Amino acid sequence: MASLARVRLAPRLPAGLRVQVRSVQTTADLTQLRDKPSDPSQPITVKLHEDSFQSYLCDKPDLEVQVTGEELLTMYKEMQTMRRMEMAADALYKAKLIRGFCHLAIGQEAVSVGLEHGITKDDRVITAYRCHPFAVLRGGTIKGVIGELLGRQAGMSHGKGGSMHIFTPSFFGGNGIVGAQVPIGAGVSFAQKYMGEKTCTFALYGDGASNQGQVFEAYNMAKLWNLPTVFVCENNKYGMGTSAARSSSNTEYFKRGDKIPGLQVNGMDILATKHAVEYARKWTVDDQNGPLLLEFVTYRYGGHSMSDPGTTYRTREEVQRMRSTQDPIRGLQKYIEEWGVANEQELKQLDKEAKAEVDAAVEEAKASPEPLIKDLWTDIYYKNTEPPYMRGREREEVHHY
Amino acid sequence: MNPLKGTYLSRRLSSFYLSVSARHSRCNSTSATPPADGHLPSVASSEILRTKREAGLRTPGIKWADEDSSAPTRIIVGGRETRKMNTYQAIRDAMSIALAKDESTVVFGEDVAFGGVFRCTMGLAEEFGKERVFNTPLTEQGIAGFGIGLALMGHTAIAEIQFADYILPAFDQIVNEAAKIRYRSGGGYNAGGLTIRTPTMSVGHGALYHSQSPEGFFMGASGLKVVIPRSPIQAKGLLLSSIRDPNPVIFMEPKILYRSAVEQVPIDDYELPLGEAEVLIPGSDLTLLTWGTPVYHCETALHLLQSPPPELQPVIPASLRSANIELIDLRSILPWDVKTVAESVSRTGRLVIVHEAGMTAGVGAEISAEIQKRCFLKLNAPVRRVTGWDLPVGLQYEKFNIPDAIRILDAVVETLAY
Ligand SMILES: Cc1ncc(C[n+]2csc(CCOP(=O)(O)OP(=O)(O)O)c2C)c(N)n1
Ligand SMILES: [Mg+2]
Repeated sequence: MASLARVRLAPRLPAGLRVQVRSVQTTADLTQLRDKPSDPSQPITVKLHEDSFQSYLCDKPDLEVQVTGEELLTMYKEMQTMRRMEMAADALYKAKLIRGFCHLAIGQEAVSVGLEHGITKDDRVITAYRCHPFAVLRGGTIKGVIGELLGRQAGMSHGKGGSMHIFTPSFFGGNGIVGAQVPIGAGVSFAQKYMGEKTCTFALYGDGASNQGQVFEAYNMAKLWNLPTVFVCENNKYGMGTSAARSSSNTEYFKRGDKIPGLQVNGMDILATKHAVEYARKWTVDDQNGPLLLEFVTYRYGGHSMSDPGTTYRTREEVQRMRSTQDPIRGLQKYIEEWGVANEQELKQLDKEAKAEVDAAVEEAKASPEPLIKDLWTDIYYKNTEPPYMRGREREEVHHY
Repeated sequence: MNPLKGTYLSRRLSSFYLSVSARHSRCNSTSATPPADGHLPSVASSEILRTKREAGLRTPGIKWADEDSSAPTRIIVGGRETRKMNTYQAIRDAMSIALAKDESTVVFGEDVAFGGVFRCTMGLAEEFGKERVFNTPLTEQGIAGFGIGLALMGHTAIAEIQFADYILPAFDQIVNEAAKIRYRSGGGYNAGGLTIRTPTMSVGHGALYHSQSPEGFFMGASGLKVVIPRSPIQAKGLLLSSIRDPNPVIFMEPKILYRSAVEQVPIDDYELPLGEAEVLIPGSDLTLLTWGTPVYHCETALHLLQSPPPELQPVIPASLRSANIELIDLRSILPWDVKTVAESVSRTGRLVIVHEAGMTAGVGAEISAEIQKRCFLKLNAPVRRVTGWDLPVGLQYEKFNIPDAIRILDAVVETLAY
């Protein structure tokens, strides 16, 4: 059955992709079933496609992985929920309830959900502005994310930051200055090593961001001091309107760490992303090999932000092809159905639950009030260590602490 | 005086203001949403904008590139044409002239080959070629340093930093390299060919990283010039001057004015002087000094002073309504036109400074210190500053964070009545 799927899929790949020999696959459903015990609580064994990974200065991960049916269903539900949440943000933006800047991760769900399934609660994550799913998966809530986008008190930063400004105890945000989060991630991982924690930090950035000088500065520090930093380049092929090839002299982002070993990963197959994350965790934490660079090859379906239609610098056909042939959720759906874990009906039920969960969270967030005026003056300095007063625009707006 | 308690007037004004705020903030929860470009109703009706050909051609200080500067200024402007342009079109026009006239000119920045986020470079790559108008990687420090290198080789480099908020990664290159290279090479090298354009100031919902006004951070960097235009005609003339000025210039473009400010812009090549403020409305009772977007809030405040709406009439003494206020657009932040401002304040005895950046160590701080020194005996009231709050710009209430017409009016009335 699995080999059948492969034959069926092969002609879908456009000629351009087929001749691109030395790149990973981004087809979402090439993993094959190897062994499925009759007891549904026992893990099933599957084999990832041989083109799921490319490596640099390190061995490729083993292609055989184990996963339970239950986990497949959890991942499916989470990916659907994250996509629903982003779609809700899109609708709220179009209804002008969300203002300002807003970046959606539709199409990239296998990265956020796969990452969460490969790490522990105590590992740390930091990323740029395309951050909504990470914030929820790392202990936040959908209501908290949507509330923040709406600028309401229920928001994860109490409505003071808006999009990109969302944090949890193991998630250092949402960062708006492209590249700035990467050396911060190195610092976080230094503290983990210093404290003897058995954890690591995943510092994420885009293909565009990878060209910022401070990314290279962070690589050097992490390698020099052998830090448990996993640098994660989420290569969605574009940084705003500039394609990877136009922005980067070397588009093999996994090889850009100089002495830091790297792994390029099919970022559309969640089994590959999860497996790569586990590999990186073992590399940095268990084996204490120092930093590792992961490159997830993925794709964003929508525009860069809400003001970008996303079709002026790439063709509609390209977007359509990615959506229809390489979608990470559809790929996982196929595994679940073909491997007999659940049927279409059962998955439809999960879709419904995801939608209902998001709808309810949106309503709760919408009902939350805007921040209080007095909160404009909090969180600038640590409580009770503020200057005696801070200035408003003029005298009667001076705020005395 | 208890600094907490405002005067009767400011309390009345505040309650008027709050009722306006309440009306505005409700926009967030109803379908009556503000326009996508933000609120700035005063721009559309501004009398400061030169919307007629004749007025455009008679812009004060205009220097036509095709006229010998030693010849007497042509009084007749016949033969010259203007075209209706908004600010981004005028900026594009300036760059297109620079590219056409000076072969060494290149334009670069993130996504500029596609027109840039605000369309200022629309079509330039097609017109002048991809070798001259090109996208850079995401690398602000690199962009600034790269531009300095080009300038050292005698090229004209026009760099774009996508938002003024992102100029901070390039701060070191600008302040330590561009500003100092002439001095530290004993005049042997200079980065005069470099102009860095960047969109600045708030737009209504930009939040922390799309609303800042960082001009003050550069004010102490001798060797640099910092320019902020208020309108399309100004933008074109000041940008051409900045590009041709033999010093590195940071050219900050108020982003809310890109589309909203429209004028009849002369199509010929012309320049407007750097380092010179412009008196927009002459007056004798108070000097109101500003730059960029708040120019229009100041204009509205003066209208309110002259003919207050019924809600405000009780709090604006009739005797103050006929006050002659002198409105000045500073235009150049570094160097700033001390002479014009000091001369004005010596006549009026009162100064109110308005800017969007926070008050502490904002540009207004430097100006007030210098003016109180030069005009100490002439001052009839303390120099007053109306500025943004000393806060990071939150997502909500951004409109209220920046100085608006009511706050400016309040400061003007209090300073007049001091
Ligand atoms: C220092 C800085 N420069 C520019 C920007 C504007 N900007 C925001 S996102 C972006 C593109 C980033 O692309 P990439 O790193 O590939 O991430 P993606 O959006 O694809 O997730 C740019 C230029 C910024 N936020 N910060
Ligand atoms: Mg990208």
